[in-house]
Amino acid sequence: MRDAWQILVRRPEVVLDRTLEHLQMVGIACGIAIVIGVPLGIFISGKGKRRQAIADTVLYVAEIAMTVPSIALFGFVMAILSSLNLPSLGLPPAIIALVIYAQLPILRNTYTAIRGVDPAIIESGRGMGMSESQLLFKVKLPLAIPVIMAGLRTSVVATIAIAAIAALIGAGGLGWFIRWGLRQYRMDLIIVGSVSVAIIGILFDVLMHRVERWVTPKGLKRSVRQ
Amino acid sequence: MIRLDKVSKVYPDGTRAVIDVSFEVPDGELCVLLGPSGCGKTTSMKMINRLIPITEGEIYIDGKNTGEMDENELRRNIGYAIQDIGLFPHMTVGQNIETVPVLKGWSKVERAKRAEELLELMGMPPGEFKNKYPSELSGGQRQRVGVARCLGADPSLLLMDEPFGAIDPITRVRLQGEFLKIQEVLKKTIIFVTHDIYEAIKMGDKIALMNEGRLVQYGTPAELLYRPENEFVESFVGADRALKGLQLLRVKEIMTDTAPTAKPDEKAEAVRARMEQEGIDWLAVVDIGGRFVGGVNRLDLSGGRTVKEVMSPPAAAPVDAVLNEAISLMLGSGLNTLAVVDRDRKLLGVLTFDAIREALAKLGQRGEDQ
Repeated sequence: MRDAWQILVRRPEVVLDRTLEHLQMVGIACGIAIVIGVPLGIFISGKGKRRQAIADTVLYVAEIAMTVPSIALFGFVMAILSSLNLPSLGLPPAIIALVIYAQLPILRNTYTAIRGVDPAIIESGRGMGMSESQLLFKVKLPLAIPVIMAGLRTSVVATIAIAAIAALIGAGGLGWFIRWGLRQYRMDLIIVGSVSVAIIGILFDVLMHRVERWVTPKGLKRSVRQ
Repeated sequence: MIRLDKVSKVYPDGTRAVIDVSFEVPDGELCVLLGPSGCGKTTSMKMINRLIPITEGEIYIDGKNTGEMDENELRRNIGYAIQDIGLFPHMTVGQNIETVPVLKGWSKVERAKRAEELLELMGMPPGEFKNKYPSELSGGQRQRVGVARCLGADPSLLLMDEPFGAIDPITRVRLQGEFLKIQEVLKKTIIFVTHDIYEAIKMGDKIALMNEGRLVQYGTPAELLYRPENEFVESFVGADRALKGLQLLRVKEIMTDTAPTAKPDEKAEAVRARMEQEGIDWLAVVDIGGRFVGGVNRLDLSGGRTVKEVMSPPAAAPVDAVLNEAISLMLGSGLNTLAVVDRDRKLLGVLTFDAIREALAKLGQRGEDQ
């Protein structure tokens, strides 16, 4: 433990660099996952039998992707990329794997949140002459935001943890310490890496809880509800 | 004016929810769509604003075929209130009421003014309620906001699907009364869906009774009660139609405008003598301000006491009450004669049991003659 502390004191810039690398990786992956997941979630939440079939398929595939062990998923991505003659080491495959992982909570929560809006509220909106896009932006999305944000939080926290594995395929980040620690039997490196990941994970969980509360429309907050 | 012309709804699986329904509601009338659940009343209503597409037939509003209008435009011009209210929980009361005005592009000032007017109309002070969220309101207040919202852009036609269905009976009766008063002033054309025959009789200028997708009878509440067209109507109306008819009449329609009165501090003997002379059994005691404070029977007046000491508690019927409320008061107080008072308890006249019986007999005849 003391050795680990020594690393932090003597080489803070290395820890900082790896942390930033880690966050960058998570940021890019989650950013892409949001851009894909939220619109896709909105799309598959639409009415109709065909839309329902698409929703079932999409959610099923996303769930299967989640059940693949993360190390194996990194392996799959590398194999596919190398078979396409694309760079199969470093940041790109790591990000692709993380996006796949980050996807499900965002996708599922967006879908569930929009589906979960009280049908009476939607009917009254439609009955008053709101167009489908007005219904989406003025009613469904504002009401769905808290649940979508919760999905985002789950996704970010999970990605922070899983990104530690990305060092195995040379993508850097805090996993780098763990990887070297394992290779050289240096407990201090392993501790620096894993404790940092844990701290960042907790920090983001707390932070995003705050954001969640902040973006929740006032009328939906529990303090108002009683 | 709204006219349904041979309207049918057939679902893809072959279910015929509404079959060949035609009727017409003149401007300013409230038409109740009544019937057991699954009779097609809500479906019929929702075809008017095209929330449910029509399979066959046409619906005309002020002579214009709704099928040829833009769907959203059509809906913005029709007020819509439903049982579950469906207030937007993330918007304030004011924003909820302004929904349709916003969609129609009213200016901010106009919108705010309208929302305040409507809150006033619903008896909810805007200063107190405008910025509250639906979650902070009671059930009755939410229903009121729901009604205010459907009046938002001042539409001439309103569709209301059991708008008072989800609240306790006491609040419901009060809201019905309040709404009728508002309707007396606003004179909207209203399609009002309910499965409650009491509500239908109380609220409706006309009732359209439906069963298994068909319109069974269309007419005034009295016609339905006293001239049922077939067995279904008869059984739906029930054997206690005379009791239900009590809801059709108001105290003010059958009361006697004058009443013998006495002052609280008059001598019992003197009053008794006066009553014997004029041949009356009951009189109302009123204070200097003309307010009703109690009633006396001739037989109770004796001895050297004052009227105040022998009078009975002031059981009185509000002038706006419907007859079943008055009857209930009579039965509860054991009196054959009730004083009729206004809101400030000022004496306006008397209501006797005989008058009620006579009026009911007449109502039955009228229904049967029509």
